[in-house]
Amino acid sequence: MLEIKNLNAGIEDKDILRGIDLKVNAGEVHAIMGPNGSGKSTLSSVIAGKEEYEVTDGDILFEGESILEMDADERAHKGVFLSFQYPVEIPGVSVTNFIKTAINQTRKAKGLEDMPASEMLKKIREKSELLEIDRKFLSRSLNEGFSGGEKKRNEIFQMAMLEPKLAILDETDSGLDIDALRIVSNGVNKLRSSDNAVIVITHYQRLLEYIVPDFVHVLVNGKIVKSGGKELALELEEKGYDWVKAETTV
Amino acid sequence: MNIESRNMSLKDKLLSSYLTFQENQDFDNSIHDIKDAAIKVFEEKGFPTRKDENWKYTSLNSLVKEDYSLVGRNDDAVEFRDVKKFFLNDIDTYKIVFIDGKYSSYLSETTHDGVDVCLLSAALTKPKYKSVIDKYFDKILKKDSLTSLNTAFAREGAYIYVPKGKAVSKPIQIVHFATGVESNLMLQPRNLVVVEENAEVQIIERHQSLNSNPVFTNSVTEIYAGNHARVDYYKIQNDKEQASLIDNTHIDQQTSSEVAVHTFSFGGKLTRNNLNFYQNGEHNNSILKGVTIIEDKQHVDHNTLVHHKQPNCESHQDYKGIFDDRSTGVFNGKVIVDSIAQKINAYQSNNNILVSDKASINSKPQLEIFADDVRCSHGCTIGQLDEDALFYMKTRGIGEKEGRALLMYAFANNVLESVKIPQLKSRITKLIANKLGVNLGFEV
Ligand SMILES: Nc1ncnc2c1ncn2[C@@H]1O[C@H](COP(=O)(O)OP(=O)(O)OP(=O)(O)O)[C@@H](O)[C@H]1O
Ligand SMILES: [Mg+2]
Repeated sequence: MLEIKNLNAGIEDKDILRGIDLKVNAGEVHAIMGPNGSGKSTLSSVIAGKEEYEVTDGDILFEGESILEMDADERAHKGVFLSFQYPVEIPGVSVTNFIKTAINQTRKAKGLEDMPASEMLKKIREKSELLEIDRKFLSRSLNEGFSGGEKKRNEIFQMAMLEPKLAILDETDSGLDIDALRIVSNGVNKLRSSDNAVIVITHYQRLLEYIVPDFVHVLVNGKIVKSGGKELALELEEKGYDWVKAETTV
Repeated sequence: MNIESRNMSLKDKLLSSYLTFQENQDFDNSIHDIKDAAIKVFEEKGFPTRKDENWKYTSLNSLVKEDYSLVGRNDDAVEFRDVKKFFLNDIDTYKIVFIDGKYSSYLSETTHDGVDVCLLSAALTKPKYKSVIDKYFDKILKKDSLTSLNTAFAREGAYIYVPKGKAVSKPIQIVHFATGVESNLMLQPRNLVVVEENAEVQIIERHQSLNSNPVFTNSVTEIYAGNHARVDYYKIQNDKEQASLIDNTHIDQQTSSEVAVHTFSFGGKLTRNNLNFYQNGEHNNSILKGVTIIEDKQHVDHNTLVHHKQPNCESHQDYKGIFDDRSTGVFNGKVIVDSIAQKINAYQSNNNILVSDKASINSKPQLEIFADDVRCSHGCTIGQLDEDALFYMKTRGIGEKEGRALLMYAFANNVLESVKIPQLKSRITKLIANKLGVNLGFEV
């Protein structure tokens, strides 16, 4: 589904990603861990299509096709979804109106008519129940004045509505309380199928107990320095990053 | 005073036609006197020029150099079905409608049932209105040159009188149509709104030209809000590209009254709003809100004054503007707090988005505060759209164009929260969405 080849990217003169290779197949869950500032969010932004970052080498293929030249919205239409580490506030646009616009724009790009209102309402009801989101919440301005946890839950609500093929969750667990973590993870797991894939970026093993990864990668200083199964996360939790860093510098 | 020669012709024409105008009116002596005094003020001051501090960024040159017919022709040739779209139709309202300055009974729905919703021409000439006219007509306003010019020629417009304790049962629409059938037309409508103690009214005012002849409207509205009165006033300025409007509104607020004026400026050649609030009682609340969305070479100038003359009052100003192409905007917000006016909260904000780099806005707060216990905040921003928000929207499948439109829509739409007539609110929302090219595939 996703194939990243020797990806080098940066901003202005600063290199951030230095040769990343990653292959994610349909049906898989990959976790990316790594110290602060190692480039995890940059990697997700580059996959999602943030133009601020310049790709200096390598390629990103999505379903076999290079997406580097595509705008972020085109990538979204193809099924790439990024849950932001820091979701943006948009005063004056309600959650409902925003998600309706997003869905209908995506349908339009595929040559489909707007989703009928009744179907839209049903879907909103269903997904907000799944994520235990209160009705009143949906009429508030998007992310404006939302608590950290509310923002994250709202990101996953949008994901559930859009049903992407590839979901990248950048620290979705940070800010969530224990109950919310369970609810949100459940929401993500509901989306999982043999047709789609998830990349979870996290600092904590806890999330991975709910969303169990097939692979765990460690990103240090713009490179994937170690990959393994889910037990790698446990090992990292126990020992920290120094040993992986040490291992790779040898 | 140095009057630019180009101003001469229109000014002279007005001065000389004043005599004929006066001769043909059946006003009381007291009204004649007011008018004579007013024309003198205009004669002395003339049209404002950019040398006047208050008119630095708005030039009337292109307007006053035109030749105008000062009397319109009213042959009632306007059919309701042709102008229906300019009214708010989905709720029941009173209507006071004028065509080229003359009352159209056919399009209007007035009342004298407990409240007076009728014509100023009647109020100025019939004895039964004399006491109200004597008390309020020409009493609230500031005697600047344009207001005085209007006073001199004032004859027709809306007269609304809401006695003590009454609430007008439905909103009132005041609509001024201009057909300009003959040629360029100058109109000077005059509205008087008196809302006594504990009374309430909602008013929607609109100026609309029906063809492309230039129209120059110099309108004056006096509003009196008695103790505990509530006045909710909406101005819809979405006129044709050849139509210019100078709106002079003067508001006298008594104790514990609340007056809100919302101004929606979406079209017209030149629009100038002189909106003046005088707080003459304690515990007043004055609300001034505006949304401006213009393009081409359109110009909208908001010149506001809130004069806090008594303690324990509030004022809230929130103006938003979106300027495309070569359009220009001005916001000049003056707040005066007299020395006895302690415990005042005065808020003012003016936020703008320049869509095109050829568009411009001049924004200037003017605070004159002579009391010491005052909370006063003002902020002005001129910005582009939030790029992070645009990227966020794109990751959800909302493209650049749609995303920009949605952000601008959200920016402007925020001001509508305080609109109290739901049908009007949705109407304006749709207007904004249309202007910005947002596809409102959703209910709002
Ligand atoms: N827009 C930018 N401008 C300048 N530097 C940037 C920018 N974006 C990222 N960087 C830098 O690139 C490096 C990687 O940042 P990134 O946000 O990708 O880290 P991260 O792995 O997500 O960290 P965290 O765990 O703290 O979220 C950091 O040193 C950061 O300062
Ligand atoms: Mg990060």
